[in-house]
Amino acid sequence: MTFLLRRTMAMLAVLALAITASACGSDDKSGGGGGGGASAGEAIKKDPANEGKTFTVGSKNFDEQFILGEIYAQALEAAGFKVEKKLNLGSEQIAFKALKSGQVDGYPEYTGTSLTSFFDVKITDVPKDPDEAYELAKEEYAKEDITALPRTEFENTFRIATTKEKQESLLKGAKTLSEVAELPNAAKLSIAGFPECRQRTDCLLGLRDSYGWKPEFVSDEGKYDPIDKDRSDLGFVFSTDGELLEDKYAVVEDDKELFPPYNISFGVSNKALKDLGPKGEEVIANVQKPLTEKVMQELNSRVSIDKQEPEMVAADYLKQFGFVK
Amino acid sequence: MNVLAFLGDFGDAVSFIFKERESVSGGVQIGGLGELGGLAGTHLLVSLVAMAIAIAVSVPLGLMLGHRGKGEFLAISVSNVGRAVPAVVLLFFFIAFIGNGFRNVAFVLVLLAIPPILTNSYVGARQVDNEVVDAARGMGMTGVQIVRRVRLPLAMPTIFAGIRTSAVSVIATATIGPFANLRTLGEPILSENIYRFSGQLGAAMVVALITLAADAGIGLAQRAVTPKGIKLAEEPRTRGPRLSLPTRRREAAT
Amino acid sequence: MAVSSESTLLFAQDAPEGFFGDRADKCVREEGFCPEWIADNYQRYIDPFWEHVFLTVVPVTIGFILAFSLALLAHRHRWLIGPVAGVTGALYTIPSVAFFFLLQPITGLGKTTAIVALTCYTLLIIFRNVITGLAAVPDDAKDAGRGMGLTERQMLWKVELPLALPEILAGLRIATTTTVGLAALAFLANGGGLGAELDAQRFFKSNVVVAGGLSILLAAVLDVIILGFQRLVTPWQRAAT
Repeated sequence: MTFLLRRTMAMLAVLALAITASACGSDDKSGGGGGGGASAGEAIKKDPANEGKTFTVGSKNFDEQFILGEIYAQALEAAGFKVEKKLNLGSEQIAFKALKSGQVDGYPEYTGTSLTSFFDVKITDVPKDPDEAYELAKEEYAKEDITALPRTEFENTFRIATTKEKQESLLKGAKTLSEVAELPNAAKLSIAGFPECRQRTDCLLGLRDSYGWKPEFVSDEGKYDPIDKDRSDLGFVFSTDGELLEDKYAVVEDDKELFPPYNISFGVSNKALKDLGPKGEEVIANVQKPLTEKVMQELNSRVSIDKQEPEMVAADYLKQFGFVK
Repeated sequence: MNVLAFLGDFGDAVSFIFKERESVSGGVQIGGLGELGGLAGTHLLVSLVAMAIAIAVSVPLGLMLGHRGKGEFLAISVSNVGRAVPAVVLLFFFIAFIGNGFRNVAFVLVLLAIPPILTNSYVGARQVDNEVVDAARGMGMTGVQIVRRVRLPLAMPTIFAGIRTSAVSVIATATIGPFANLRTLGEPILSENIYRFSGQLGAAMVVALITLAADAGIGLAQRAVTPKGIKLAEEPRTRGPRLSLPTRRREAAT
Repeated sequence: MAVSSESTLLFAQDAPEGFFGDRADKCVREEGFCPEWIADNYQRYIDPFWEHVFLTVVPVTIGFILAFSLALLAHRHRWLIGPVAGVTGALYTIPSVAFFFLLQPITGLGKTTAIVALTCYTLLIIFRNVITGLAAVPDDAKDAGRGMGLTERQMLWKVELPLALPEILAGLRIATTTTVGLAALAFLANGGGLGAELDAQRFFKSNVVVAGGLSILLAAVLDVIILGFQRLVTPWQRAAT
């Protein structure tokens, strides 16, 4: 099954590449100066200037982070860097420490997370505009001698989800969190979340503070499992979850914008930035451009649902979008 | 360098144990005797339940097997296999196949606790002098009576050594409870995001203290139940079948 | 909801056709035990397996060298036994989960931290068993040795240690199997190993069975190897099992 799927995807990738190549046609490749930078869709070229330079890419400890880490790592490798991967560092505090201490040269972090977890910005004070949030994070990172590279389009924020049936039966068709909070049975509803969520202001506590809604909390590591198996009525999920590609789930809108922006920004220590160079920065910027929410959902599905290895999924992504042959 | 920082963290950790403070991302109070008391309560409860079940199962079984002289292979193998299966692996196994919660963690801990107690009960029963057993038989005691009135008391020290070993393992392993959504003292250790290093250190210290206390406590109990004559000869036998097992102090796992 | 203004960023071409593919088999989707998946994906466990071997063999070796030396010293100077047992015992009470985190400020992340932590746990077991083994050497054997005119050093290496070997090797066995188990937690310090695989797909039964099964297998194999060695080297002892 998976073999067939992969073969099909490979053939389509070749097709896409052929089309792209012919479309790009006589693009002045030499204009890129043989640099590692390439516009999206164009293959990343090995820059001889990068030879001998090592770059350590880190990541946090969940699927999306593995995928992103692999994508950045493999892209840099294609550009000629010697890349060391230290994925699965741990949670953000550990990853941040690793970046500051130089154990890793760069890792992808969410703007909202960096502001609330590293820079002591209260959740209510985080700018709701993703660019503003990014700029603020960039400022704060700079104080730590770290450069936050430009952000991705997609963000991985919290969503409240439930099954389509439960939205009708339990929530009476409510589509926003405000509506849910006003339901007569609001306090009796239960919501599942990972254990830490219980104590996070950008998670369970946020519902209490922003919506005045205090549902019963079910601590559970499975995201959709508790909703499916009726261990809880709703669940905290993430916007880039693969499961959201399926038609099963309904997302309840965060109309009061409780959750801050969570775009990805690849943070690099200034020391390593010199090695990376502007061309290396271009590689990073280009390889992350196609990452829309839907694309991330697909990539996440491949790892979380199809149980493919993040390394392979990243490699396929780079191939299918033409960054790597 | 880090040593000084470490000492600072140490003080921070102690204050974490006793005083509440705000979590890393704000909005919630963590630490303090209240929360740690609760976590410790769950931690101890699941450990006690597991130990109780393990003892109830292993001691009678081990004694009977030791009395009959049968199942030596079983008793040893259980110990070896038990050591080879990491508690973490067992826990993840159960999470995947059965689910989460107190029951699961307790079950894993029971499986972890059984091998040392079972093996030591067996060994303890075996090592009772045959002459004593013969004398008892001569007095007309039945098998069960012999086990209960002769083998058990004489095997007590060895059995307690096994219990001590198990208890240390179980208490230490209960720290992985949060993987199965059981909030034990492992929670601050595994949630670095909220509890920070000082929280991790503080919780670890509490676990270490509880472990030491349990070890010492059971050690005292061990002394209390040891018939005087045996107290004098506490060294492991140099003769007889060498069963490749620790007969004193703690051994084992996580 | 914080949605970006699309106009400010240039986007690549849309995803290529067929990018959004079909999902995998039902068995895999439902996180069951899927032999087909295992057959297709067993390679991903090979590296972690060897990492796990590394994470076991290195700490046990270093631990053995350290503990054995300490034990020999303590055997000669009895007063050392208390302190050494105390320190190694104290290390032992630190819950392993915590140990992998607490070392990080000092040794950072990665295999080094894991190995330091794992080595510490082997110390008590091996130390204790070497001491006990030496202490249990029958007096007659020692008398015979003295009678033959052996120096203390010769006594140690030709009489005491060989007789203590079963106990020492027993300690080695315990230390090894324990370390295999603890190494499953090395992923907490970014140390890799089979535990990392376990943690990556916790609910996927196939994964848990393979990763877990491999670690149990590793422990069993190492145990048997040491046992075999023990039988080989001490034929005069009736080694059980």
